[in-house]
This record gives sequence, structure tokens and C-alpha cells, in this order.
Amino acid sequence: MEENDIKKTFKAVVIGGSAGSLSVLFEMLPNLRTNLSVAIIIVLHRKNSGDSSLSSLLSTKTLIPTKEVEDKDPLIPGNIYLAPADYHLLIEKKRSFSLDSSEKINFSRPSIDVTFESAADVFGPKLVAILLSGANDDGTEGLIAVKRAGGFVVAQKPESAQMPYMPQHAIAKVDIDLVLDVEEISNFINSLVK
Amino acid sequence: MTIEDEEIDLLLNDVLEIYGYDFNSYSRASLKRRIIRLCALDKFPSFAELRYRIRTEEDYLKRFVEEITVNVTEMFRDPSFFKVLRTDILPILGTKPFIRIWHAGCSTGEEVFSMAIMLQEADLLKKSLLYATDLNPSVLEKVRKGIFPLTQMKQYSENYIAAGGTKDFSTYYTANYGQAKLNQELSDKIIISTHNLVSDGSFNEFDLILCRNVLIYFDKDLQERALKLFDDSLGTLGFLALGSKETLKFSTIQSRFRQLDKEKIWKKMI
Ligand SMILES: C[S@@+](CC[C@H](N)C(=O)[O-])C[C@H]1O[C@@H](n2cnc3c(N)ncnc32)[C@H](O)[C@@H]1O
Repeated sequence: MEENDIKKTFKAVVIGGSAGSLSVLFEMLPNLRTNLSVAIIIVLHRKNSGDSSLSSLLSTKTLIPTKEVEDKDPLIPGNIYLAPADYHLLIEKKRSFSLDSSEKINFSRPSIDVTFESAADVFGPKLVAILLSGANDDGTEGLIAVKRAGGFVVAQKPESAQMPYMPQHAIAKVDIDLVLDVEEISNFINSLVK
Repeated sequence: MTIEDEEIDLLLNDVLEIYGYDFNSYSRASLKRRIIRLCALDKFPSFAELRYRIRTEEDYLKRFVEEITVNVTEMFRDPSFFKVLRTDILPILGTKPFIRIWHAGCSTGEEVFSMAIMLQEADLLKKSLLYATDLNPSVLEKVRKGIFPLTQMKQYSENYIAAGGTKDFSTYYTANYGQAKLNQELSDKIIISTHNLVSDGSFNEFDLILCRNVLIYFDKDLQERALKLFDDSLGTLGFLALGSKETLKFSTIQSRFRQLDKEKIWKKMI
């Protein structure tokens, strides 16, 4: 990979994960540099619960400002955004977030596909999408959309995942650019610093 | 199928010019997804076909409106919100001689019936009027009937209890052929009407306005229009309730309102 090119171009990193990916984030976040020039958008499947404790939990692992998205929040580089429980998270061309409580996709709301597809539409080649551990096939269609829009796609190395099915499914269906273990994923994101 | 943003503009302009529905200021990302979804559902080979069908068939426009708006709702959705209504807001409203409540974007009415149940339990329903409005006439037909799938009642009963309900929830409906018909006395105080937050104005003064999970589908400008309309339609010390991820923080009306400690409920101060 041409690291210099990558550094210049990317505006956002979307990360999708299901069962087994929370521990990946806990391991990754402390290793991330705090002067990132991209926005990081995280979509995690979780049990529908009204409480917003997950974002507080994640923010204990990093100094990068971390928040759960509220409707129409602006998308600003250098921040970590988390999709709220029970809403799909979409991105507007004006670089702000929209939420949507429509039908579940792949039995999930938030759905990784929905956010990946929406981010691909807005960021095109300036997007990195990373798919982590999980036990269903959400995320694969999203990665295909990212790839089609010229973006860069990464899957967690299945052997390093608690639940290998989700990244495995994507690797089988999508022309993945990089397959990385947890440590390599944080190094990769750090390489995106200007 | 991929659809260009310019194509969406063309389609929305058709819908506005021919039928008077204005979706131009809806959140574009969500709207685009709904349109792509509709093309897949109805198997349009291309976007041009969808556009032609909408231009030429009024009945299809009806389906278009039904499918691109999101109608997902439930009784006592976000139980903690309804609990605060029950414990903190209804006692205040109860001191008034007469209570007017507006559910803007009520969808199929689950939220309205939840409110009616709580009012009845507080012995306030008899002096209340609940206005249930939506832009989509088909969902309002369901509010009028007050019939919901029986399979959902277990979930609603759990929500009801989590929202502080203590009765046997099944006393609020009659089960029949897989359907639950809510008690008629709950419907007696519900006034049903179409109302479009894009184009219609204020029609009364209210003590409480609920507009939950509707503004997320609007862009900021349209949100501002709707919020001003609510401001105009609330009496002093009236309450405004939004969905759990919606906010007044981007709006000019924010300075006139104060948010309660918990939940998305604001009190109009002037
Ligand atoms: C997701 S439902 C919300 C139902 C309920 N308030 C709740 O929170 O469960 C959104 C509703 O908003 C309605 N809606 C969308 N645009 C509208 C508009 N311009 N004016 C009035 N209602 C609108 C839709 O028809 C739909 O029924």
C-alpha cells in the first residue's frame, strides 16, 4: 500500500462490528493517536437499550473526543462518533449525521450496511471501511458499496476475531484491500495522520 | 440500483408540482435510501420507470408517500419517557380545567393510545382532547380503527409496565381473530386529521405537543420551520416532547425553552 497516498486522501473511517468486536475496540482505541485528521464512525450491533453508556465506556479508552450521535450533529475530523442503539446512522452530503428508525436490516438497527453505503455515497474514494468480528453477514453489502465508490476496505483477520463469520463472509464476497489483526488495524488508522 | 442526486431532485419536483407534497427538505440520505428501497420492492428496471409511474398514476403516488415515510412506532415507545410524562408532566397538566395535547406525526396511533391510557389512569381523560395528525392518510385510518396485531401486545404490555403502569394491560383491549381492538373510551377523546408539517400552519393552542421521531427525517431548515410552528402552538409553560435522539440545540426557539433534567421534554418559559 502506498502510505503517502493514503495519508493525503482519506476523510473518514467507518468501523462496523457485531458480537466480539467490543473487545477489539477496547484494545484498539488506547493505541490511536489523538491528532487524527479523519473522523471515525463506529456502528456496533448491541441490544436495544435506551441508555448511552457504551459511548461513555468507549471514551474511557481514548483521549479522542467520543460521542454518541444525535440527529443532525456535524461530522468533524478528529472525533469518534458512535451510532445510537435502535437507529440507523446515515451521513448527509453536508457532512452531518441523520438518524432513521426504519425497519431493521439484517435483523439489525443500527445496520452496518446502511451506514457503510451512506458513507460511500458521501465520501467516495476518501473513505476507509473496516469490518470487525461478528456472527452475521451485515457489513458485506456495505463494503461492496464502499469498494464500488472507490473507497478502501479492510476486514479483521478472521483468526483474530472472537466471531470470525462476519469478516470471513466479507472476505469471500468482496475484493478486500487489507486483512489485518487488531494491532495492525490501529497501526493502519494511525498511518492516516497527516 | 444507483440513483443520482439530480434524479431525486427531478422526482421530488414532480411530486410537488403534480400533487403538492413537498419532500425537498427531507434528510436526503434517508430519503434516497427509501427511494432505492421502493425501486427494489416494486421491481422498477430503472429510475425513469419509477418517475413515469409517479407522474401518471395518482394511486401510485399514495404508495410512494406511504413507503418513503417511516411509520415504525410502538405503544409506550421508550418507556422511561412515558414514565416521566406520567410522574412529572401529567400532574401539572391536571391542574388545568382542560387539557389539549397534539401528537404531530402520530403514525398509526400507538403513541396517542398510550397517552390516552395514562390520562385515563390519572382520571384526566374526560377533560382532555388528543389531536392526532400525520401527513399520510393511510396511517390515520388505522388510528381511527384502533386495531393492532395481537402479537404485539406482549411487547406493549412490557413497555406499559416499564413506564410505570400497574394494571393488567389486557383490560385495555378485546382480542379477536389475532387482532387487539383498543377500548372505545380511549378513542372518544382523539381527534384525527391530516396535517403536513411542511406546509400547514398552527391550528390551536396546546398544553403539550409530542413530535417524536419525525424531525429526524427533516433537514435543519425544515426542522426549524416545524419547531417554530410548535412554539406558536404552545401556551406559556406548555411542554414540547421530541424523540430520544432529537434536540432543540440547533434551533432559534431553544432560548425560549428549558429542558427537563431527564428525557427529551422542554418547557416553554415565555
Ligand atoms: C416514525 S413515525 C413516528 C411515530 C411516533 N411519533 C413515534 O415516535 O413512535 C413518523 C411519522 O411522521 C410522519 N410524517 C413524515 N413527514 C411528515 C410531515 N411533513 N408532516 C406530518 N407528519 C409527517 C410519517 O407519516 C410517520 O407516520
